Amino acid sequence: MDNHTADPPAAAPGGDAGPGSRPGREPEQDNEEGRGSPVGRRVVLGMLGLGAVGVGVGGALQGRLDSVLAAVSAKDPTGVTGLLPGGGGFRFYSVSDSIPHRSESDYRLTVGGLVDKPASYRLSDLRALPQTRLVRDVQCVTGWRVPKTAFSGVRLSTLLDAAGVKDPGTAVHFTCFDGVYTESLTLAQARRTDMLVALTMNDKPVTSAHGGPVRLYAAPMYFYKSAKWLSGITVTKKVERGYWENYGYDVDGWVGKSNGRHDAPTS
Amino acid sequence: MTSTDGSESPTAAMTPRRRDRPAPAGTVRRFTRAETWVHRSLAWLMGVCAFTAAALYLPPLAEIVGRRRLVVTVHEWSGILLPVPLVLGLVSRAYRADTSRLGRFFPHDWTWLRIAVRRRRRDSRYAGKFNAGQKLYAAFAVGAILIMIGTGLIMWFPRLSPLVWRTGATFVHDWLALLIAAVIGGHVWLAASDPEARRGLRTGRVSHWWARREHPLWRIEAPAPRTSTRARSAPRSEAPSAPDAPPASGGPDDAGIR
Repeated sequence: MDNHTADPPAAAPGGDAGPGSRPGREPEQDNEEGRGSPVGRRVVLGMLGLGAVGVGVGGALQGRLDSVLAAVSAKDPTGVTGLLPGGGGFRFYSVSDSIPHRSESDYRLTVGGLVDKPASYRLSDLRALPQTRLVRDVQCVTGWRVPKTAFSGVRLSTLLDAAGVKDPGTAVHFTCFDGVYTESLTLAQARRTDMLVALTMNDKPVTSAHGGPVRLYAAPMYFYKSAKWLSGITVTKKVERGYWENYGYDVDGWVGKSNGRHDAPTS
Repeated sequence: MTSTDGSESPTAAMTPRRRDRPAPAGTVRRFTRAETWVHRSLAWLMGVCAFTAAALYLPPLAEIVGRRRLVVTVHEWSGILLPVPLVLGLVSRAYRADTSRLGRFFPHDWTWLRIAVRRRRRDSRYAGKFNAGQKLYAAFAVGAILIMIGTGLIMWFPRLSPLVWRTGATFVHDWLALLIAAVIGGHVWLAASDPEARRGLRTGRVSHWWARREHPLWRIEAPAPRTSTRARSAPRSEAPSAPDAPPASGGPDDAGIR
């Protein structure tokens, strides 16, 4: 900021009253010949420096911001804070072109593949089965985390046991009625008690935007494992990669132990 | 102020002439076609980049648009292509001249900035071809594009960098995106309130009165002369014209301006 001369408005703008300065010439001249000071370059370099520092310390900063924003957004009736980075709340991610809808009447969940008794469940059938409620943090692989979110529904193991997994089956493949998304778990993972076929979220029916009426809820894993709009459960011989896993995401998506991330475990 | 879009030689190389179409009377050339092309390409790329960003980021919009993978791809490529028009423009001499104008501050720019900060107004008396705000905006745009590309690449190729970098890059990318949205909003707002400035970027030409009012310290390269006398070509303005102003030949007339 060297050239910061403090010429009063009355003085010739841009003129430093050198020997060549002439009264009244200023409105006619392009006073931008010569060197000036390279402010543009300094701004760009300064920004790049700040950007590099931001990349270095941003992780820690965002962590601190997250807790502040979470506290603010909890009391923010406008929801504006939800739009800030890390402002808490869910982000809507869908790989399909629109939100698919299924209702009480046309929703079906099929269980098939390497099972003794293939089955098809209506919503009322699923509600009639024993329900499990879990309250855990939701962690997205892109970084956002929503604290203490309640999901309830039928344990995956309940449906698998009812169908009777045949011997060569070692994995479970999930398909969705958006027609695009798929997911997979090993049989051992699928049998965990914190793997749900979720019917409610925060004690209300799962909305269409959140993957309703039925979505998978894989509590200990990154949220891409919790497939929205679940419509099919197929027992397979080996793990078939899901949608994002074909693009490099880990099949074993444990929170904090996969995808190169170290988030606190959620379950 | 009739104009023949001067056939003077000094600026002929910088100003692609459209001889078939006489320049509107009372106008001066502010941008060449290369420059308006750069601006338009950059604006389109930035628009696509910003819209796809919004579709990835704002839940209500994401719900309407969906197709996340496609949107991500479009966002990545529109972003990475942002510097292309800026670099291609460098083949144009007029563009190079304007980039160096934009990059440098002169004493009157500091005055402009001080008035803008302290008195919250844009005092166009202290504006050359670009005022200090426009200069800062240009520098901000270049810096922001570079940072967004750098941090974007870190996220695009996550395996190439450690997690702390990726979290940090996400942090910078997200917050700078908000700042960029605000700054572009200001840019569009100011453009919306000045049809003549928009005309400058649309047609390359602006009214003479506008140039004198908004950018009085800009020596217009090809003034539209009423007569053949150079000295008389100076437009009327509130400030009396300088009878002893040296000819606008880009000569060493800036001895006292450094």
